[in-house]
Amino acid sequence: MTMKKDYEDIPGTFVFDADRSREGYHLNQFCISLRQQANREAFNADEGAYLDRFPMTPEQRQAVLSRDWNGMLALGGNVYYTSKLAANDGINFQQLAGIMTGMGNEAYREMMVKGGRSIEGNRYKSEWGEE
Amino acid sequence: MARITAGVGCSHVPAIGVAMDTGITDQPYWQPVFKGFEKSRDWMKAAKPDVIFLVYNDHCTVFDASCIPTFALGCAAEFHPADEGWGPRPVPVVRNHQKLASHIAQSLILDEFDITIMNEMEVDHGLTVPLSVMYGEIDKDGEWPALVIPLCVNVVQYPAPTGNRCFNLGRAVRRAIESFDEELNVVIFGTGGMSHQLQYKRAGLINAEWDKRFMDMLVNDPVAASQIPHVEYLREAGSEGVEMVMWHVMRGALDEQVTEVHRHYHVPASNTAVGHVILENRG
Ligand SMILES: [Fe+2]
Repeated sequence: MTMKKDYEDIPGTFVFDADRSREGYHLNQFCISLRQQANREAFNADEGAYLDRFPMTPEQRQAVLSRDWNGMLALGGNVYYTSKLAANDGINFQQLAGIMTGMGNEAYREMMVKGGRSIEGNRYKSEWGEE
Repeated sequence: MARITAGVGCSHVPAIGVAMDTGITDQPYWQPVFKGFEKSRDWMKAAKPDVIFLVYNDHCTVFDASCIPTFALGCAAEFHPADEGWGPRPVPVVRNHQKLASHIAQSLILDEFDITIMNEMEVDHGLTVPLSVMYGEIDKDGEWPALVIPLCVNVVQYPAPTGNRCFNLGRAVRRAIESFDEELNVVIFGTGGMSHQLQYKRAGLINAEWDKRFMDMLVNDPVAASQIPHVEYLREAGSEGVEMVMWHVMRGALDEQVTEVHRHYHVPASNTAVGHVILENRG
């Protein structure tokens, strides 16, 4: 029997549950490895060779190489992990959010200063015209 | 006897730590965030806890995906600030009350809370930012004014422990502390939140109305607050807002009736709503 997921109808959101954690395991382990300076140096010297150490799927590997931040999340990444890759690239949480939302840094920052994204119209996928 | 005299609820946004560490807390963006902690710092000086029992979460810093304990209790002698990818925070090493920590570990397990015991652990911003906002800047060669027992909760991989479980754990933590035979003034911190979402297209979500209702309920009707289901946090307070379950551990460790001595709420700090309360036991 499959557990019913009552959290799957939230728009613009990946809930990092056990299924996603399983799929994203090697991708996330790669990301967290960048917490160490020596690993950051090895990765930055030769991204491909460094990624060979982590048996992720070709799609995950490509998402890393092309810095497809939303793609990484869709393939089982979690933002606390992918933020380590972002930090390596000199991108902080707020700049990363600007990229993931497609708003860009300035517009995103301005939205936050004005009180953030409203909950109205953002509770259910149906409100976004999604499935 | 050791006693829990008060509880502190507090956000632990990493950017708040960065603002303190780089000395920009006076900037117009940050000033209103820190203004709300001025009273808290005076309160800490008066309350003078011997020990802080600090409930927080690790943000994929110290714990990688290979091992995900739901509740991990820090039993080491000390905890060094971790490098989260941009160097460790320049704050003092966190020192434990090791005897009390091992007493709590033993008591909790016999009370049927099967916690993980950490005899080596570094700590990330989730633990050090609440100490910084409550005590103010302390040089990294200095000392935190209190000993700290960390309780690290998994809120990153769904499901986090339920609010109900956290609340009952808080009660068990109180039983453990109050059966320890040393005169100690203990303050418990529940950290994390308020509403925020850091990921994907809905990033930036803030729900101030919900946050304020949550704080009201936590103070005045804590059992009802502990029954809020996960999906409500995720939907109403953002995917990362679910970390507010950690506040229930704090609330569960206090009396049913408490005195709210301070509250602060501000949007934004980076991507997040900042919330803070100080609650005192009346006994
Ligand atoms: Fe957190």
